[in-house]
Amino acid sequence: MTEAPETTPSRRALIGWGGAGLALGAVAAGGAVAMARTGDDVVPAAAGTGAAIPFHGERQAGIATPVQDRLHFAAFDVKTDDRAEFVQLLKDWTAAARRMTAGQSVGEGAYGGLAEAPPDDTGEALGLKPSRLTLTFGFGPSLFEKYGEAFGIADARPEALAELPKFAGDNLDKNRSGGDLCVQACADDPQVAVHAIRNLARIGMGKVVIRWSQLGFGKTSSTTPEEQTPRNLMGFKDGTRNIAGTETDRLEKFVWVGEKDGPAWMAGGSYLVARRIRMHIETWDRTSLQEQEDIFGRDKGEGAPVGKAKERDEPFLKAMLPDAHVRLAHPDSNDGATILRRGYSFTDGTDGLGRLDAGLFFLAYQRDPRTGFIRIQRNLALDALNEYIQHVGSALFAVPPGVRDKDDWWGRTLFGKEA
Amino acid sequence: MRPARLSAVAAAATVAALTAVTGCTEKGSSTGGERVVNVTSTDDKCEVSKKEFPAGHVELAIENKGSKVTEVYILFPDDRIVTERENIGPGTKQTVTAEVKAGDYTIACKPGMKGDGIRQTVKATGKGAPAKRDPRLDKAVAAYREYVQTQADETLPKAEAFAKAVKDGDIEAAKKAYAPSRIGWERTEPVAESFGDIDPKVDVREDGLAAGQDPATDWTGWHRLEKALWQDKKIGDREKQLADQLITDLKDWQKRVGKAEITPTSMANGAKELLDEVATGKVTGEEERYSHTDLVDFKANVEGAEKAYELLKAVAKENDPALVTELDKQFGALNTLLDKYRADKSSYDFTSYDKVGDADQKELSDGVNSLAEPLSKLAAAVVVK
Repeated sequence: MTEAPETTPSRRALIGWGGAGLALGAVAAGGAVAMARTGDDVVPAAAGTGAAIPFHGERQAGIATPVQDRLHFAAFDVKTDDRAEFVQLLKDWTAAARRMTAGQSVGEGAYGGLAEAPPDDTGEALGLKPSRLTLTFGFGPSLFEKYGEAFGIADARPEALAELPKFAGDNLDKNRSGGDLCVQACADDPQVAVHAIRNLARIGMGKVVIRWSQLGFGKTSSTTPEEQTPRNLMGFKDGTRNIAGTETDRLEKFVWVGEKDGPAWMAGGSYLVARRIRMHIETWDRTSLQEQEDIFGRDKGEGAPVGKAKERDEPFLKAMLPDAHVRLAHPDSNDGATILRRGYSFTDGTDGLGRLDAGLFFLAYQRDPRTGFIRIQRNLALDALNEYIQHVGSALFAVPPGVRDKDDWWGRTLFGKEA
Repeated sequence: MRPARLSAVAAAATVAALTAVTGCTEKGSSTGGERVVNVTSTDDKCEVSKKEFPAGHVELAIENKGSKVTEVYILFPDDRIVTERENIGPGTKQTVTAEVKAGDYTIACKPGMKGDGIRQTVKATGKGAPAKRDPRLDKAVAAYREYVQTQADETLPKAEAFAKAVKDGDIEAAKKAYAPSRIGWERTEPVAESFGDIDPKVDVREDGLAAGQDPATDWTGWHRLEKALWQDKKIGDREKQLADQLITDLKDWQKRVGKAEITPTSMANGAKELLDEVATGKVTGEEERYSHTDLVDFKANVEGAEKAYELLKAVAKENDPALVTELDKQFGALNTLLDKYRADKSSYDFTSYDKVGDADQKELSDGVNSLAEPLSKLAAAVVVK
């Protein structure tokens, strides 16, 4: 089956049409990660091995590499206008990230140092495996607005890094939106992901502050299609047609910024859209099965598109209702627009009214948000799913290319002299 | 205010007698036999190899031969802690060293890590010679001791003015005198806390009362009166009596504070603790929940921390110049930020904290974290290497 759905942006994402595709995760280790959510089909393989994902590479890890089980995502605001101090922070962060992704503690460790000094590392990841931790770093549009002059990067702002437009139905909380910088920490062990963000935040104190952060569990899309397709909190398979880590051609076409796209410092990078999408869980749960399946355009059990038998059967969009989520989000409905989804479910307890504060923390990587998320999200204005979801947080980041070796650092192509 | 546990500073402060207490498993007993006390802890015994040793450097070579995790303390006769080592597992050995003055001490083993422990009385004899330290640090300690005493001396008249207003039944005057009466206390709070018994009497909040304490009869001090003035809006006989009690307790503080055990390490840790107080109590508006005078306490905490830092700065600068640069910058930034909340920089008339919006509270919180993180490294920068 496999249809097209990969493209889908937001809500869909959350919702997921299930389908997805296939991809397979590239990184070896990864693969099989289990998605806890479904229980019986969990394939603990790679997750269970606790292996490390290489930190160095042409691209940053955490995009096309296999999706881990857990997320801690943090947006930071910069508090220094001193370029040298900021660059030093990027180097310090990179050094810490290099160690943590290898399963090592930061600095001089969590114990054994001077008794009078607090340890460099906070210690809660001692004894835990690397757990496929990836740390993926990006710059937000506000960094260029606030510090473009001070840092001498005003002219380097990519055109693609314009603030996202307002979309129909948005109800954005500024305390869950934006950010000058981001770090996406994904790991199979939540404690490893939280440890990474906590230690980076601590290293950054005085230079950067956390603006907001989000925990996620149960990936809602995978880049490893040989695995069971994950389900979102609405109970539908999500990401059947997502771009796989092995699909080099589609990655080049839809995810990685090309040499000629400009600016040069972003070549090999990608753009990340993050959306906190709250689900009206209780009303959804009271919705009839027929309506639920009509809204998605797939059946709930198998995940097959309307009129088809299997999840990966090619969808026939016209068989779906005009406002079905999969139909509206499908590349065929969006001039081919396709994005790589990497979102997670979240449940931040309950709200003051006793309702689950739950939904999808949608993360999508793309070559250009204008032809990716923005294109698709606009098409979702009439999505039937909108009755059951609300976008409450939003952010966009330019994710630079990978850290190549031990002397390289996050953002060098933007801040390094040779860039 | 802080919970009834012994604060870290308290522990450090009491340790004062010692110059540098180093815990840890160390390489052998380089100091030689007479200064090493072997302590063998079992589930029902705490054996010491000698009951007398020369004052000065002493090393406890601890072995846990019992079945439970244990901890070992050296205590002053009044139970203040000289030094301690926790979490000593069955079958393991640990070493703790300390510099002690001549006098009587107690060594206590606590198998299972609870209760008063199994105790042995020991004696440090002779004059002993505390390890040498940088004379600038001795001057810093002396200057800080003087500062602490001055703060107490200057607080008393202000507290008496506050108490008088309460006793006169003048709510408005009492409200006005409340926050100023606390400034000297807030500047030096970790030292006061090192005594253990004064802070729970004068600065406890209702939620800080121990289990079994009744707010109606056991809650005393500033915050009890704060609630009467701002929340209940009335002064009765109980409040008048509590005003007198506050003065009595503060006089006790004034009398004892100059003799507190103070070391460079406890000064540095005390500075960090003052910022911790801000981070956990003031930034959240919990400390002054009725009067909303949190920013006055906030400023006083920062001033007290800065005083300790300034006194230690010369030594810290030699050991860690980058740290001093960062601390200067962050103290400056936080003070500048606080100045936004008062019209006149010489006044302690700060914006009421219930009028400080969420975004501004976050900015204050970020400023505190930016200062407290490097401040946590100050103690290591003044330790004699």
